[in-house]
Amino acid sequence: MEIAGLIAYAIFLLNLVGIYAIMVLGLNMQWGMTGQFNIGVAGFFAVGAYTTAILTTEPAANWLGGFELPFLLGLVGAVVVCWPIAWVVGRITAGLRTDYLAIATIGIAEIIRLFFLNEGWLSNGTRGIPGIDKPFGVGNLGYLLIVLGFVALTYTLVEIARRSPWGRVLRAIRDNEAATAASGKNVAQFRLQAFVVGACIMALGGGLYAHFVGFISPEAFRPLYGTFLVWVMLIAGGSGNNKGAVLGALVVWLIWSSTEMLAGLVPTALIGSESAFRVFLIGVLLQIILVSRPQGLLPETRPPMPGEGKR
Amino acid sequence: MIEIDRISRAFGGLQAVQAVSFTVAEGSITGLIGPNGAGKTTLFNMIAGNLAPDQGRVRLQGEDITDLAPHERFHKGLVRTFQIPHEFSRMTVRENLMIVPAQQSGEYLLRSWLTWWRVVREDRAILEQADEVLDFLEIGHLRDELAGNLSGGQKKLLDLGRTMMTDAKAVLLDEPGAGVNRTLLGKLAEAIERLHQERGYTFCVIEHDMDLIARLCDPVMVMANGALIASGDMASLRDNAEVREAYLGTGVSGQAGGQSNGTA
Repeated sequence: MEIAGLIAYAIFLLNLVGIYAIMVLGLNMQWGMTGQFNIGVAGFFAVGAYTTAILTTEPAANWLGGFELPFLLGLVGAVVVCWPIAWVVGRITAGLRTDYLAIATIGIAEIIRLFFLNEGWLSNGTRGIPGIDKPFGVGNLGYLLIVLGFVALTYTLVEIARRSPWGRVLRAIRDNEAATAASGKNVAQFRLQAFVVGACIMALGGGLYAHFVGFISPEAFRPLYGTFLVWVMLIAGGSGNNKGAVLGALVVWLIWSSTEMLAGLVPTALIGSESAFRVFLIGVLLQIILVSRPQGLLPETRPPMPGEGKR
Repeated sequence: MIEIDRISRAFGGLQAVQAVSFTVAEGSITGLIGPNGAGKTTLFNMIAGNLAPDQGRVRLQGEDITDLAPHERFHKGLVRTFQIPHEFSRMTVRENLMIVPAQQSGEYLLRSWLTWWRVVREDRAILEQADEVLDFLEIGHLRDELAGNLSGGQKKLLDLGRTMMTDAKAVLLDEPGAGVNRTLLGKLAEAIERLHQERGYTFCVIEHDMDLIARLCDPVMVMANGALIASGDMASLRDNAEVREAYLGTGVSGQAGGQSNGTA
């Protein structure tokens, strides 16, 4: 009984790891490859989750939809809805560098969350949208296979992108923007493309998340869960390295879950609140990684030259 | 080839370039010299599109390019290098060259995803071209080195190599010889001469090394305080009193000569 419980917990955990891995891969395209400091991950995560929820749930009286569309169409919808939103955000912030982009994107992510919080006709406000079923009547184990399938698909697409001439231009922009323009590349356009594609990958993660937890509310898209954890995963795993992005999601989620136990062991009188102590612990972890392994568990590697080392 | 028509630019109260006009003739290697702060690099930035002029127009082969972005001018065949080498330091020497060719189908993400085998085949051809350029510049042994690890002179060669990865018509070189040792400088001059003869590139070169200017350039334009003060071949400029004054300051007798060797 003990073992069965443990396995069930592991399956639950790996589902979330897979969903976060997809979002980390999206962030890796923006930060790892292009150097865009997007700390508004939660915004695109929320857009994907809400779109999927509205498209696939049963008709409801109090909010938009649901439209009872099939699972895959819901995910396609998440990407299709996120695309123009990310495009507009990307266009507005196109001229902004690092720290300014960070401020702008965190603001936009909060705007999106507050929008879902206040527009009850669309999202049922604070009460959230319940009843988002897993597809094909699968349980956690079946859903894990679906999630892993999407992780593999996303990893393959992002890795091909990294090795392609497109990815080469992104790395050049990260290195030296003026020289990239002097090499005839339209820097603004490439930056926008990387931003939009990365955001759509995050929305895909959001869609998968909605089906897994079955109920979403604005609470799930606070910066801590939606953005901060994704960043810690990428930095811990190794930004610029797609394998590192996936590994980072696994390692950080395991540690994040174990901090729950750790925080439970310490007397509440000493730490005030358990959840605040968990954030503190994950902050300490981030510091340790930054000091001891600044490039992450798996540092960035040079993509192979064409014809050299098949994938 | 390049016509600069009464171009001006001020930074606050400083008039960096004031109503400068000249023409870089097709097939020439035109030199641009002058003391530090004369406005040479500002002028280059306006020709290449990195800086908008306050007034004046720039034309390339008769076409007005004043309002085009740098990458659009690149596609018209106008290529530049920078005074401080602008290499992609965390990319290899080969990748630094492979980035340059225009119209790579792999630069479209969808094509990279859907027809990746075709993209790889095309990229292999670009790789071969890059290796040829590296052999031409005799830095083939450095091809897998990160560009950030190269010496200053090798970076200058790499910059020149980048202009060889495209069908350039006119190339702007901003101090190609600065910080380059004598041996490498000879190689650099040789490469410029070969590009000029074999590929028919037109060059415009900013340089402080008068030996290099004398070897490569005819005509030579002289700038001081944001204005063009003289032009002609190097021999005639050496005897020009105004040029000597600009370089050496007023009150120096003619006996000092026009030589201003070395890098300033």
